[in-house]
Amino acid sequence: MVEILEERARQVFEKGKDGYAIECGKTSAAGSVSQRACVFCGSRVVLYPIADALHLIHGPIGCAAYTWDIRGSMSSGPELHRMSFSTDLGENEVIYGGEKKLYAALCELIDHYEPKAAFVYSTCIVGLIGDDVGAVCARVSREKGIPVLPVNSEGFKGTKKDGYRAACEAVFKLTGKDDETPVSRLSINILGDFNLAGETWIIKDYYRRMGIEVVSCITGDGRVGEIARSHRAALNVVQCSGSMTYLAKMMKEAYGIPFMRVSYFGIEDMSKALYDVAEHFGDAETLERTRELVYGEVNALLPELAAIKADLDGKKAAIYVGGSFKSFALVKALRHIGMRTVVVGSQTGTPEDYEYLKEITDEGTVICDDTNPLELSRFIMEKGADLLIGGVKERPIAYKMGIAFCDHNHERKEALAGFSGMLNFAREVRASVMSPVWKFSPARIAAQSAAKGGQT
Amino acid sequence: MLLRHTPKEVAERSALTINPAKTCQPVGAMYAALGVHKCLPHSHGSQGCCAYHRSALTRHYKDPIMATTSSFTEGASVFGGQANILEAIQNIFNLYDPDIIAVHTTCLSEVIGDDLTQILNKAAVDGKIPANKKVIHANTPSFKGSHVTGYSSMVSSFVQHFSENTGKKLKQINLVPSFIEPSDMSEIKHLADSMGVKYVMLPDTSDVVNGPMDGKFRMYPKGGTTLDQIRSMGDSMRSIALGRVGSLAAAKLLDTKCKVPYDVFDLPIGLKATDDFVDAMRKAAGVSVPESLMLERGQYLDVMIDMNQYASGKKVSLVGDPDILIGMAAFCAENDMKVLHVVSGTAPGPKFERRIKELCGDGVVVKTGPQADMFYFHQLIKSERPDLVFGNTYCKYICRDEDIPLIRVGFPIYDRIGHSYFPVTGYRGGLRLLERVLDAVMDRQDRDALEEKFELVM
Repeated sequence: MVEILEERARQVFEKGKDGYAIECGKTSAAGSVSQRACVFCGSRVVLYPIADALHLIHGPIGCAAYTWDIRGSMSSGPELHRMSFSTDLGENEVIYGGEKKLYAALCELIDHYEPKAAFVYSTCIVGLIGDDVGAVCARVSREKGIPVLPVNSEGFKGTKKDGYRAACEAVFKLTGKDDETPVSRLSINILGDFNLAGETWIIKDYYRRMGIEVVSCITGDGRVGEIARSHRAALNVVQCSGSMTYLAKMMKEAYGIPFMRVSYFGIEDMSKALYDVAEHFGDAETLERTRELVYGEVNALLPELAAIKADLDGKKAAIYVGGSFKSFALVKALRHIGMRTVVVGSQTGTPEDYEYLKEITDEGTVICDDTNPLELSRFIMEKGADLLIGGVKERPIAYKMGIAFCDHNHERKEALAGFSGMLNFAREVRASVMSPVWKFSPARIAAQSAAKGGQT
Repeated sequence: MLLRHTPKEVAERSALTINPAKTCQPVGAMYAALGVHKCLPHSHGSQGCCAYHRSALTRHYKDPIMATTSSFTEGASVFGGQANILEAIQNIFNLYDPDIIAVHTTCLSEVIGDDLTQILNKAAVDGKIPANKKVIHANTPSFKGSHVTGYSSMVSSFVQHFSENTGKKLKQINLVPSFIEPSDMSEIKHLADSMGVKYVMLPDTSDVVNGPMDGKFRMYPKGGTTLDQIRSMGDSMRSIALGRVGSLAAAKLLDTKCKVPYDVFDLPIGLKATDDFVDAMRKAAGVSVPESLMLERGQYLDVMIDMNQYASGKKVSLVGDPDILIGMAAFCAENDMKVLHVVSGTAPGPKFERRIKELCGDGVVVKTGPQADMFYFHQLIKSERPDLVFGNTYCKYICRDEDIPLIRVGFPIYDRIGHSYFPVTGYRGGLRLLERVLDAVMDRQDRDALEEKFELVM
């Protein structure tokens, strides 16, 4: 087995071999090449898609520079979220405080861009230099007449998950403001979808066809006005459980809105999500429309999926993603196209998540929490994966090793959610796994000649 | 119209950066450290910093970028990061086995006040650093300077820790380049190799961040300046610093610490600057310029002359890092292009503006430092429209809205691959850059020409 840091030993598990519960939720060991980010990163990715809000990053320039439009969260209207605003704190503010600069920056921005709300993200040093961000926000909010919300996202105050929580706390303050606009009895909020490559639009369209009103999407293609009336929706449907379950819980407590967890990836999860929502309302017509929708959509994609499966049958996949909920869906989706998952891990999985992964994976599968490139590359080699599914930092590792890659993170270029997303996913995986470029991969050539040598 | 909100009129902003034309010091320090062989960059701060820098460099180079982090938590911010860095050092040597760990600080560890000199000294005294292994650091708080100064600090730190004057003079020269691409580092080495000059280049990211695909994932690719080479820099005859802002500090330090005299030049971008660099090497090493370089030079000059009518008079706006901007300005001026605007988020000092004006005349608008951002750059473009923009990938928003072709140079470039492999430095780099400029200008001419003026032969 691969060499692993002692303190990480129980964050890696091989099914059929090890018997312990996987440790997780730990901060990364100092000195590891962790693929994880920070609290600020968690808040920033979650709130970023609210397109008519101002997103001001209070800190030195880096945090604003690295998060400038790096996530393809699409908007059907305003594009304010794609700009990068920073107070660009310098040495002076580190010594004398950054409140004045923050106040001035907020006023200039709000006057110029007239946003519907403003988020102010605190970065690492803001707490240390003693800025009272809350007080500045309250003052500007009074003066300008829009919600100005501090996001307590100092990078070191926990993990990315704590950033999700800080984001939920901030966005919660936008709810409960609009009691006028009529909202249907059959209505939901979509929580935890970020409209990467237009995925929220696909999902929204399914609900529309079922006869269900989507009151707000938090936060994909998000609008401040929609979030203001989200408290009157009948149900919260939460995707990407890591990031938005906390908001769903807050809304349940404050407004009595029940919530359910769903996933929109793969045929089973997508169908189940729609059926669960329909059944929640118990409306016969809605249920009938849902059946028709699922039947039609699934039938439309099965023939092509079968063809893709024929090409990919027996190939092996490694998965390393941010949230483990996504990995469940991927394990199942890969089976549909004939692929077996041999390595699966996440940055932020919970003990229950990992127990569930143990259930749904095959014998010999490596399950890992908060892994690093060295470990990951060795698992891939040891298990002979043909494909890696991951994000920006994993892509070049796969390519250098000569295996296929699919981005299931910020940089996806095609929608992967929904039924059409399943087909996009299958096409993308096939295109990468079957590409003729691998004919030139030294690793493949070595493996092939070894196999030939064995036959003769 | 992504940037539909950008007004033409420039209003003074007091406190705000919109769409930055720089990023923070640590990413430059990380990049510099990658240019040393078997060196692992280490970020002393929160996990997010390291993740962001690695992502930025990965997007730019499309290669794996390895670096570790002290993974600061709330405890570290109260009690200091000493425990984190000590644990990190132990874990890193156990697991990743680099020869050198190059630590850079972040805004967080600087504000907390971690004294890395003292912490690392103590680690060495306590036997926490294995024999033959090295741990060095550079101070790179994000609230000062930019990625270019962070790069410069880390390069200086290598010199500070390793270069020695042993009293024995070596027949070699030091080449210290500013923050440039691996392709440019290769091209500078090519110029030196062609002349038969013995040299050490620090840092050298070629064959590190533009490595070949060979079926293996390597923590430490083949390239990078070796520790022995860095040591020997203290015995070199002379240092040549290329690009003042990014390279002067290390060259100066080699002078004060090891008594190696230095010359500082603009980056060898364009004909004149390359001539100057070649001439400096000729003098420093006592060699002559070979036929092969005269051929490269001649070909570049030939194309400059052949195609001058298409470049001549074209108006350009430049944004990016100071050293590269000087190179681009020189290149443009040589080809009779008119530089309208020069913007950099990095504040390079008064010499920079003087140099730009020497090259481009007094009419050019130069703005650097706070509020010299892409928003301001866009406003300049709205007030006087150029035919071409030179800058990083983020210029594409402006260029799309204004319908102006973009020549991608600088950092970061997230949407094209040429920078990793094809230089802008040297004679061959000049030729390639000119080709790109001509392609952009002539494609535009072809697209916009009236039918009767649409030309076959250009």
